[in-house]
Parts: sequence; structure tokens; C-alpha cells
Amino acid sequence: MAVPLMYYITLSALIFLIGAVGVVARRNPLVMLMGIELMWNAANLAFIAYARAYLNNAGHIFAFLVITVAAAEAAIGLAIVVAVFRRSDTVDVDDVAALRG
Amino acid sequence: MTTFVILAVLIIASAVFVVSAPRTVYGVIGLLANFFCLAVMYLTLDAEFLAVIQVIVYSGAILMLFLFVIALLSSGVRPFAPGKNRLPNVLIPVSIFAAIAFAGLMFTFAHTSPITEHASDVSSIFGPAGTAGVFGSVADFGRALFTTYLLPFEATAFVLIIAVIGVIALAGDVDPPRKGPGRRAAPGKPREPILKERV
Repeated sequence: MAVPLMYYITLSALIFLIGAVGVVARRNPLVMLMGIELMWNAANLAFIAYARAYLNNAGHIFAFLVITVAAAEAAIGLAIVVAVFRRSDTVDVDDVAALRG
Repeated sequence: MTTFVILAVLIIASAVFVVSAPRTVYGVIGLLANFFCLAVMYLTLDAEFLAVIQVIVYSGAILMLFLFVIALLSSGVRPFAPGKNRLPNVLIPVSIFAAIAFAGLMFTFAHTSPITEHASDVSSIFGPAGTAGVFGSVADFGRALFTTYLLPFEATAFVLIIAVIGVIALAGDVDPPRKGPGRRAAPGKPREPILKERV
């Protein structure tokens, strides 16, 4: 591979960082879920880059499983958003405090 | 190398746009661009099947779900109160964590020997795509998925079933929505008139 592995891993870390900032800094649950999707994709990029560097198929398999779990997570998260909206008429995560101890 | 730089710039720019978009719909479009660029990057990493899966599952299924939920919620949702940006509060801890993470990354790469390319379970990386024995081919992927990694594959099916049941339990119309405080705004208390951020 012409591009060093370190570049891919650094790019993956940057995407993960951007996604994490989106999760902790935004109050819109949809944007937070999109930040989580970015973090899943950063992990996938690291898996695939390492799989290519070591010429091993296991990284591809794991990335495939991660994609599946990400799909399930998105479905559950969006269902929670819809359920919260139906209960409380808002989607601002600062206003959803029914479970706060 | 040129391809990598172009793709990396596009990916980072679209990712920043996703988390900073003024409206969520724009963020979804940015996420779409991000996923497509990542799929192209997977192609450059000889992961053809995963590039296709990335486009189908992420761009096709997950982003469609996001768009449907936005379309569902954008009618009648209370807009966000302005002036509660949390970015200044989290900037310092996030910067500290990022600095530690990148320092660890650089330390790891400086102290590990560079990877020498060796074919472990494939014969070559050159050859027509899809042929068995070529790295990243669908034939090898499928064989590995259904022989060596059969148990994780079955567990994935289990996870998906649980997700489907959970979504039905959460969002399905099993019981009618409760009539109570919070369903409507209190009388005499006007809603926030300033539209800064909408879903």
C-alpha cells in the first residue's frame, strides 16, 4: 500500500473525534446519532486499513459485523427519539430529564 | 497518495459539516457525502464488498431512516431554545482527551516496527476482483464469513431480531399515547418564538 498505515489510522482518529464532539456538544438527538454513526465509520476505517496492511480477512468480517450492529443501533436510537417526541413534544435532550436521578 | 489526500479532505470536511450543520437535513446530506467518500476509500483499500455494503446499508438504509424520522418530527416539534450551546463547556475536556489519544497514537507508531507485507490467508492481492484467492474478494469474504466466522454471523442475526422487536416495542402503536402534562405546552406560557435550530 502506497499510503502508510499511520495516515489511515490518524484519519480514523480524526473522524472519531469529530463524531465524539458532535455527540457531546449538540443537543439534537438526531445529530448525536449521526455523530455516533461517524464514530462507527471511524472504527470501520481502522479495521479495513489494518486488514489491508496485514492482508488478513478478519478485519473485513469485523467491519461487516460493525455495520450490522450500527444499523440495529440506528433503528433503536431513532425509535427512542420518536417515542420521546410522542411523549413530551420535544426532542431537546436537555429537556428530556425523566430518568435523571 | 493524491487520492488519499483528496478523500481525506472530503471526509473530514463533510464530517465537520455533519456535526455543525444549521439544520439536521443538511447534516444528513453531509453524512451521505461522508459515507460515499468512505466507500471510495474502502475501494482503494481493496475492500470491494464492504464498499458496496457501505453504500447499500448506510446510504440506502440508515440515512433513509434518518430522513424519514426528520420528516416525521419536523411537523409540530418545539424548536430549540437558543443560547445553550454546549461546545464551550466540552471544549477543554475534549481537547485534553484528543491530545492524550493522539500522543498515544504517535507513541505507538513510533515504537512499533513497520508492517511488512505478507500474505497470510490469501495468495495475492492482484488479479480480477471477485476471484477466490484475491485479497478482499467476495468469494474469500463469503467463505470466511460462513466457515470461520459462522458464530459471529449467527449472533448478528440474533442482534437484528432483537433490534426489530425493540423497535416495535418502542415505536409501535401498542398503547395509546398518554394524555398528561408535557403533551401540550402549559396555558399562558407561550412557546419559544425564536427559531434558531429546527429539526
